[in-house]
Amino acid sequence: MGLIQEIDYGTPASNAEKQVTLTVDGFTVTVPEGTSIMRASMDAGIQVPKLCATDMVDAFGSCRLCLVEIEGRAGTPASCTTPVAPGMVVHTQTSRLKDIRKGVMELYISDHPLDCLTCAANGDCELQDMAGAVGLRDVRYGYEGDNHVRAKNDGVQNFKWMPKDESNPYFTYDPSKCIVCSRCVRACEEVQGTFALTIEGRGFDSRVSPGMHQLFLDSECVSCGACVQACPTATLTEKSVIQIGQPEHSVVTTCAYCGVGCSFKAEMRGEELVRMVPYKDGQANRGHSCVKGRFAYGYATHKERILKPMIREKISDPWREVSWEDALTHTANEFRRIQYQYGRSAVGGITSSRCTNEETYLVQKLIRQGFGNNNVDTCARVCHSPTGYGLGQAFGTSAGTQDFDSVEESDVIMVIGANPSAAHPVFASRMKKRIRQGAKLIVLDPRVTETVDSVHARAEFHLPLKPGTNVAVVTALAHVIVTEGLHDEAFIREHCDWSEFEDWASFVAEERNSPEAVENLSGVPADLIRGAARLYATGGNAAIYYGLGVTEHSQGSTTVMAIANLAMATGNIGRRGVGVNPLRGQNNVQGSCDMGSFPHELPGYRHISGDSTREIYESLWGVKLDNEPGLRIPNMLDAAVEGTFKGIYIQGEDILQSDPDTKHVSAGLAAMECVVVHDLFLNETANYAHVFLPGSTFLEKDGTFTNAERRINRVRKVMAPKNGYADWEVTQLMAKAMGLNWSYAHPSEIMDEIAATTPSFAGVSYDLLEEVGSVQWPCNEKAPLGTPIMHVNGFVRSKGKFIRTEYVATDEKTGPRFPLLLTTGRILSQYNVGAQTRRTDNVVWHAEDRLEIHPHDAEQRGIRDGDWVRLASRAGETTLRALITDRVSPGVVYTTFHHPDTQANVITTDFSDWATNCPEYKVTAVQVTPSNGQSDWQVDYRDLSRRSRRIEGRLDAAE
Amino acid sequence: MSHDEDHSFSAKEKLAYMANQIATFFRSKPRDEGVAGVADHINKFWEPRMRRQFFEMIDAGGKGFDELVTAAAPKVRRPKPEPTSFE
Repeated sequence: MGLIQEIDYGTPASNAEKQVTLTVDGFTVTVPEGTSIMRASMDAGIQVPKLCATDMVDAFGSCRLCLVEIEGRAGTPASCTTPVAPGMVVHTQTSRLKDIRKGVMELYISDHPLDCLTCAANGDCELQDMAGAVGLRDVRYGYEGDNHVRAKNDGVQNFKWMPKDESNPYFTYDPSKCIVCSRCVRACEEVQGTFALTIEGRGFDSRVSPGMHQLFLDSECVSCGACVQACPTATLTEKSVIQIGQPEHSVVTTCAYCGVGCSFKAEMRGEELVRMVPYKDGQANRGHSCVKGRFAYGYATHKERILKPMIREKISDPWREVSWEDALTHTANEFRRIQYQYGRSAVGGITSSRCTNEETYLVQKLIRQGFGNNNVDTCARVCHSPTGYGLGQAFGTSAGTQDFDSVEESDVIMVIGANPSAAHPVFASRMKKRIRQGAKLIVLDPRVTETVDSVHARAEFHLPLKPGTNVAVVTALAHVIVTEGLHDEAFIREHCDWSEFEDWASFVAEERNSPEAVENLSGVPADLIRGAARLYATGGNAAIYYGLGVTEHSQGSTTVMAIANLAMATGNIGRRGVGVNPLRGQNNVQGSCDMGSFPHELPGYRHISGDSTREIYESLWGVKLDNEPGLRIPNMLDAAVEGTFKGIYIQGEDILQSDPDTKHVSAGLAAMECVVVHDLFLNETANYAHVFLPGSTFLEKDGTFTNAERRINRVRKVMAPKNGYADWEVTQLMAKAMGLNWSYAHPSEIMDEIAATTPSFAGVSYDLLEEVGSVQWPCNEKAPLGTPIMHVNGFVRSKGKFIRTEYVATDEKTGPRFPLLLTTGRILSQYNVGAQTRRTDNVVWHAEDRLEIHPHDAEQRGIRDGDWVRLASRAGETTLRALITDRVSPGVVYTTFHHPDTQANVITTDFSDWATNCPEYKVTAVQVTPSNGQSDWQVDYRDLSRRSRRIEGRLDAAE
Repeated sequence: MSHDEDHSFSAKEKLAYMANQIATFFRSKPRDEGVAGVADHINKFWEPRMRRQFFEMIDAGGKGFDELVTAAAPKVRRPKPEPTSFE
């Protein structure tokens, strides 16, 4: 096991089909047309010296080190900017080239510090490598005179010298080491798409500048790390490398934040993680990353992490540390006691969308086999359950249709209720790259999000709809498509039921679904709806990406069906560049749904009432399975309040903070007799827990995550679990304590069981993943290497189903007492309830949740920017500080839910999606008034949190 | 069902509300399909004790239910009695 060294080909690959053959240093090499000589040489195994070229960005031709000679051509062209030609004869090493390169290196080194031994990049410096490669032995120019290296020249201040910028918490910028190769500037522009960096000045004065000569932290920089990765010297360096030193081995694994599922190399020194570097072969991220995956892993070693199991009799007692055996025996006894006393269905569990597929599978197995009921649910309940239902109805599969690469062939991209720039940043970068190439963007969102209006990627149409009117607006888009005859009749006749289409078309064509009729209730000007519909239907390959702004509504499932209707009506399904794509919030939401986490279905979305499916598991597990659907999370809480549900095992989810109507959640938890929380930290839910089982991080276990494109990616253990056991081992120990005969020695054996019992996973094994990196399900006999694009030759359910989508206004309505609509979302630096990211330096970007309010609404209420305000709904009230902005429309306010102090979910109500009970987070009628400070609830809650986190024998509470 | 500000639902009110929401979606379908759709949805996704409460309310006259829910009720599966202990 060494350090994985990825080959840098110097320039990006060419996609051309035509092949060109040339000779490099006597070797014949054949490459696609458009390939650079530099890349072709690397293909032949010959590394041309280079500094400004790297294959993540386009060739630039500035360092003059990669020069070559070509027979029949004059001069010494740069191999990075010169494309190959048939029959070309290239020489990469001649005496003329050697002299030029040595001269160039002398100039570089004459203005560079010579502190190689103590430099953080020692051992990982391309400048050092090139000095070696060209045989640099002395520098004829000397080191005196004009320079950027020394603070003072002969005791006089050197104005060309700039101090180190250490403002970013994760990396430093040392201008004295910069060779102005522009790789960082181009990475920020081409890979990330933020354009935060530039080169200021000219000639010898040229410097890399964040923003307008600002500190990195003060600039537009989003800390994605692409510049640090691109830097060939120590100019941009991870602080962890400065502190620890260079890594000595690395392991490829998968990020545990959002549903993009980026592949990273965890670069290690022993068991210490030195840095996370995005992996170029990662098929979801293609070598890119965001601030969370790249840098925000410090929570894994945070001092508040709980490493020993704990129990307590009452939630008012302090915690008592116990052995694993005591904790698990106690838990097993309690669950069995509750079942004898209150009935078999009085207990249940929640699987985690942050844990691996294997762990999720085991938790639902424990509940079905061990508890003998189907009371299992997962946090997808509160995010994408309408996606599962809606796409299942329309297409026959509960998942997105494309891979992320597909966006490279989209001509029109419609983003609905999602803000990928903040919540799915690496996908956003790939999408923006395509938009800069000319694709058109349509955004449906109540706010002017970063996605609506970013540098060189502005939405052609932004439809700022009122929260709660998605169905009306999407149906109005369909109205335009149908009434203007923009639908794809041939596609519909071939792939859908024509009479169902006709029924649907007559429905959407009704006048009440016209943009003009919908304008009043949605607030979106009719001409914008018409323009967007025409562009979507006629602009070429059109793809839809959507998020929780679609699903988290009373009509969440209906909107998903309305989206599916649009794609079918225009024939935008079943090939590259098109499709319907849910952007999944958490790393393994897709996987937890796939693994049978829902109370009504077994792995692979097979309903529990199906005898033949149940028989597969009954014969394997040796028990009779309950054929009735179990309770969903909100139903569990209702049943708990009523007294029929008494015990719950919660793996890796903080329902008290993340679920709606906090007071209802806490009442439900408080009514239970055994709440088992299995997590990294004493989270908010643990305030109501009787047993705490310490969890392990993604760095500490083997397994797989399935991302938003159905891609099954390996998670690989890079260090031993600090708590003693990986989460799958804990669940197995609990199963054994309950008398089940489980004996998995490795997660690969769990995957084998999944593959053996689930048709869409039949071909999946760790051996296959080792061989090909990752696969997208379905992966079976019909698709041995997985399925990048779904529904290619017809829909999974044979014919695509058009479904009428009648708009029904939500019952959560504004009125005199609650005149504003609150909607919620995420920001880039924080993740979900913040349990992980709040325990990293990411807090420098977002130390608290703020309430965004339009200047008009703020002025009416006498609220100034930064004032404390009281935010009240019919469910409850909280306080937070106002942020005055015209990103939100008048009448709409917005906040994030990353901080437990704010408890935004004290405000949200218990309204939910009609089909799945997914909560209506995105619409709450509220009032905002000036406030002096925190609400009674916040004060009481902080007190409760402090008390319930006491651990016997420790002076301080754990948080 | 009214939604007075400050009113919080009882469990049964909530159940009726959920059933009516389902009916609202299926109302745009042809009558037969709508009735079957409501019943099928409840059968597929409602745990027995929810259906048990549902029938308590239906059997007591079905007050508070949308007409389509009442029409679908005969097609909803009556749950078996609660299993009392773990076997």
